[in-house]
Amino acid sequence: MIPITWYLILGAMLFVIGVFGFFLKRNIIALLLSIEIMLNAVNLTFVAFSSGSGVVDGQVFVFFIMVVAAAEVAVGLALVIALFRNRESLDVDSASLMKW
Amino acid sequence: MTEIVFFLFGAIALGSAINILVQKHVLYSALSMIVMLGSIAGLFVLLHAEMLAVVQILVYAGAIMVLFVFVIMLLNVGREGESPDPLRWLKFVGIPAGLFLLSLLSSSVWHAESGPQTASTFIGSPEAIGSSLFTDYLLPFEATSVLILIAIVGALVLAKREL
Repeated sequence: MIPITWYLILGAMLFVIGVFGFFLKRNIIALLLSIEIMLNAVNLTFVAFSSGSGVVDGQVFVFFIMVVAAAEVAVGLALVIALFRNRESLDVDSASLMKW
Repeated sequence: MTEIVFFLFGAIALGSAINILVQKHVLYSALSMIVMLGSIAGLFVLLHAEMLAVVQILVYAGAIMVLFVFVIMLLNVGREGESPDPLRWLKFVGIPAGLFLLSLLSSSVWHAESGPQTASTFIGSPEAIGSSLFTDYLLPFEATSVLILIAIVGALVLAKREL
């Protein structure tokens, strides 16, 4: 059997890739995709711990994380549409109206 | 055998996650994301979480990514603009800092108390998750329905041109 440590390290790698994307990309849809990568890394960690300890609670948490991710994407993409309508650009640097 | 499958799916997940960042066109990033979600669903199957693997494919790769692709095509965004980044030099600080974060996470996992190994019992069945969801987690389950309702109303309010 595969030790759960391997799954945890894979989850850590995916999480760091998501963090990289969040800080390096400047397209707002790419930022949302990076958040999804991070959420998936955490999901993988939850499922690995759940399977390792034989308790189903971690998988229920993953279920809730998926629901929250769906809600976040719906609202986030609505914000993207509103931003694009006002700025004609998806660059996060263009949304600097409230910057002093 | 399971090791080969693990490394196959893990390599696909890592490669497509890196490809999400490398691609300039955001639509290719979204398509690469679908590959990553599919390979993570494969890893869920390896971890005896069949229910979550199916939900991952149906909800994530199905519904959420369709929403992404739909918005990308609706806005008709092309390649990312190559405007000069005023803070480009920060990449040379950020990438070592990120690798440091990775080594920190990996070493803390590696040196952790080695708990029980991967359980061979079948725990991720729809029956087990359902009975836990409707007994122990009934209140959070009902709260998520309110959350989804709020998200629907919020998305409509934000995206509609004028109310």
